[in-house]
Amino acid sequence: MFLYLFWFSWWLNSRTEMQLDSLLLQQTSLSGSSQSPRSPSTQPFLSVSVTDPAKLGNGVQSYISYRVITRTNLPEYQGPEKIVIRRYSDFIWLHDRLFEKYKGIFIPPLPEKNAVEKFRFSAEFIEMRRQALDIFVNRIALHPQLQQSEDLKTFLQVDEETMERARSQETGIFKKKPADFMQIFKDVQSKVSDAVLGKEKPVEESNPEYEKLKNYIFELEEDLAEAQKHAFRLVKRHKELGQSLSDFGKAIKLLGACEGNSLGKAFSELGSKSEMLSIKLQKEAHNLLMKFAEPLKDYVRAVQSIKATMAERATAFKHQYELAETIKLKEINLDKLMLIRSDKVGEAEIEYRELKVEGEEATKKYEMIVQLMNEEIVRFQEQKTWDVGVAFHELAKGQAQLANEIADAWRSLLPKLEACSSAQT
Amino acid sequence: MMGFENQGFEEAHLFSSRQEIQSLVLDEPLDGKSFSDYRSAMSSISEAHHPLSPPIVGIEVDDDPLLSPSSYMDRRNPNVSENSYLEPPSYADVVFSPFGNENGEANGFENSTHDSVKSEIISRSASSSSGYIKIAVSNPVKEQEISNSLVPGGNTYVTYLITTRTNIPEFGGSEYSVRRRFKDVVTLADRLSESYRGFFIPPRPDKNVVESQVMHKQEFVEQRRVALEKYLTRLAAHPVIKKSEELKVFLQVQGKLPLPTTTDVASRMLDGAVKLPKQLFGEPATVVAPHEVVQPAKGGRDLLRIFKELKQSVANDWGGSKPPVVEEDKEFLEKKEKLQVFEQQLSNASQQAESLVKAQQDIGETMGQLGLAFIKLTKFETEEAMYNSQRIRAADMKRVATAAVKASRFYRESNAQTVKYLDTLHEYLGLMLAVHSAFSDRSSALLTVQTLLSELSSLQSRAEKLEVASSKIFGGDRSRIRKIEELKETIRVTEDAKSCAVREYERIKDTLHEYLGLMLAVHSAFSDRSSALLTVQTLLSELSSLQSRAEKLEVASSKIFGGDRSRIRKIEELKETIRVTEDAKSCAVREYERIKENNRNELERLERERRHDFLSMLKGFVINQVGYAEKIANEWANVAEETSGYTKESS
Repeated sequence: MFLYLFWFSWWLNSRTEMQLDSLLLQQTSLSGSSQSPRSPSTQPFLSVSVTDPAKLGNGVQSYISYRVITRTNLPEYQGPEKIVIRRYSDFIWLHDRLFEKYKGIFIPPLPEKNAVEKFRFSAEFIEMRRQALDIFVNRIALHPQLQQSEDLKTFLQVDEETMERARSQETGIFKKKPADFMQIFKDVQSKVSDAVLGKEKPVEESNPEYEKLKNYIFELEEDLAEAQKHAFRLVKRHKELGQSLSDFGKAIKLLGACEGNSLGKAFSELGSKSEMLSIKLQKEAHNLLMKFAEPLKDYVRAVQSIKATMAERATAFKHQYELAETIKLKEINLDKLMLIRSDKVGEAEIEYRELKVEGEEATKKYEMIVQLMNEEIVRFQEQKTWDVGVAFHELAKGQAQLANEIADAWRSLLPKLEACSSAQT
Repeated sequence: MMGFENQGFEEAHLFSSRQEIQSLVLDEPLDGKSFSDYRSAMSSISEAHHPLSPPIVGIEVDDDPLLSPSSYMDRRNPNVSENSYLEPPSYADVVFSPFGNENGEANGFENSTHDSVKSEIISRSASSSSGYIKIAVSNPVKEQEISNSLVPGGNTYVTYLITTRTNIPEFGGSEYSVRRRFKDVVTLADRLSESYRGFFIPPRPDKNVVESQVMHKQEFVEQRRVALEKYLTRLAAHPVIKKSEELKVFLQVQGKLPLPTTTDVASRMLDGAVKLPKQLFGEPATVVAPHEVVQPAKGGRDLLRIFKELKQSVANDWGGSKPPVVEEDKEFLEKKEKLQVFEQQLSNASQQAESLVKAQQDIGETMGQLGLAFIKLTKFETEEAMYNSQRIRAADMKRVATAAVKASRFYRESNAQTVKYLDTLHEYLGLMLAVHSAFSDRSSALLTVQTLLSELSSLQSRAEKLEVASSKIFGGDRSRIRKIEELKETIRVTEDAKSCAVREYERIKDTLHEYLGLMLAVHSAFSDRSSALLTVQTLLSELSSLQSRAEKLEVASSKIFGGDRSRIRKIEELKETIRVTEDAKSCAVREYERIKENNRNELERLERERRHDFLSMLKGFVINQVGYAEKIANEWANVAEETSGYTKESS
């Protein structure tokens, strides 16, 4: 285990010198963003689009449904293109199934359930969720392990009734699940914070590498949450500035109406430009929301999904550890029984062997999680570098474009103002 | 955020690579440092220099951009380069080389001494005319009130050092400093508003009685200092007021301000001012000072006049009685109405400008916070980096953080400029107050004229009535005199008759002696004699009664003559009053015409200057926006270029 980690870090160091471009080339195959290639090629591919959100049902019962289009050349799929109708809770179903089955893998995060009724059916919210769901399902489709999942096939292919049955069944069986999940989550949180505070508990994984990772993830979430908060605020600021510009433009136009002649015209032109720029700002606010703020939030969600996996790992470790303890006790007991040549030796031996098998399985399961996590962390870092890079690029591009538009708009006024002032003298 | 600052202090040294530090030194303290300083600081940066706290300070401690900068006097002086970051970016600099130099000197516009773009009204007048007055208010000092109050330490006040530099010949010198207190400024403002009625006199700063109690003393004094400087500068920018005796005295005369602080009852009495109300009430007035009429009635002093004028204005409002002189200047009325609309739009625009500035400030601030959040993340990722991908991400983040913080700084600088330019709107809003008071000067002068006119007409009708009444009395007298004359004539006739009768009696007595012997005639003679005597006696008694009657009549008529004389005197006095009032009226009319003229001139001036100011405001605003938008675009374009690798896939 430790040896593996050691090797892994060596491998990483050797990669440090790698150029960005080579990483980027790697990314093309890993990225789960919606910009993933959709054109058929000789390589195996699986590409999904979540489109056409439509409001169904009435009142409290109403919900948004999406058209989920799958294009693939994978033989295990029914054909090159399949269209199904899915709703948000279907995506939850898929997520939860994968989470149960693929311990140790960071399941791509889902967008939050939005509880605020007011925004539930706003165009912006619907579009944001659509985009997030698209990214979610494509990340699964591109994940080397999750891609193979039967649940994904089910989700992408079965008709709506079968899907609904599966979903209601699931919620029936796993009724208690969310609460359990929360409990585990809380446990992990308290354990981690205990670990941070130095109050180490015996049933806690305590190797320095993992401690470091835990601290990293927790602090990362905090820092990212802050950045994300500012990003959303920046969106709001763009909207506000847009609104202010529009109001300012109107006021300036009215003021210009008091002036008459060329000066009045200059005022009214300034007002018109302000109003025009207001629209640009609103557009950029939307762009910023979709392509910068939301991806940052997705980043935060991804970190949270790592935390969920860490909770699973803690459970697996605890289970494995407790079994090992029990096996030790049983072994001592068995030795005692063998010493006194008890009749119960046979029975105890069977129990011991069974436990030993169970313990080995638990250890294997735990080690599997550890191994998967180590792979996943690399994937996560690379993917996030890519995603954030794209988001940064979009931010920079959008801001540059907006600033250029602002500069152009105002610049176009200058000759008119010059003319006006020369006419005056 | 402050917590982060502390953290930043401890962790800054962890950046071992100088290159990293360079690009993370995103913000120098802005005050007094130009970007060339910034660059030199960059090249000689040491480990001890903490790169992360200044941006926070820069953002948090930044002055409220809505407060106009207090040091604008210095900024107008091209020799002063400290505040170069507040200088407007040169148009040529910005527009013709928008992307700056390659070596990251995009923000090196401190070199620009190109000062053509000015928006402030203050600077406009100063530069447009050859004569300039520069006024600085500084060095507030607390002083003890020298009063006869028995309580020591009760009253303190603050004096300010007012320094004037000018080349206007009327001032007869180039530099003065005086110490004045706020009360002196109030006096100056009062005197100016008396002497320059109808002019758009810049409004005096508020007394802010409440604020002076509530606000922190130092803050209040500083706020007042700034307001005073602004006020005096505005006064000095006014083409007429800057040459006024009052301002000159205020700025030049050392020691106590020689302007009369108040025109109180006593001094107005000496000036003959109090005679006005008496005069208006038609009381005897020998000396008149009609020039006093032109001043608007003052509360508490010219109470009677105020009542009169109030009555007049009520009568005007009621419309029942048409005032003798109405505002007939149609052009003026139109302009006034237009100005009202203008004011409304101006206040709206100024409000919107304020919220625009606020929004710009907010977006800049948030951009800065986003940048700081990414700086924090960059640091964090760099420290924790286990994988190469993390390092690449950290490098990307650093670029974005740098651009965001730079953009934030541009937003802030741009905003400082925007505030300066859009402040013209505020200035004009303030000016509207002056316009209002000039207009109210005009209408109060009109009211005075109206009051005097109606007063005059009532006085005249009163005089007429009196004359009519007294002429009636004269008529009655004449008949009485005639009666007396008749009586006298009767007396005279009766007297004649009496003397005739006496003569007859004497003659009869003589004849009696001649005819002594005639016995026959004796009897009849005796009876004649007694009858003649009777006649004499009757006549005598009649005479005396007539005389007493004539005497009585004479007494009576002399009484009547005396009354008439006083009545005539009264009429003459009334006529005098009318004359005085007429004088006052013509004086008031002249004053009204003068104010009208001033109004018209000032309106023209306002129009002319407004055009100029608004144009330069628009130009300044637009150029500023263009300049900074280009800088911001430049920053982000660089980042977009650097991150363009991420679009390979989608393109």
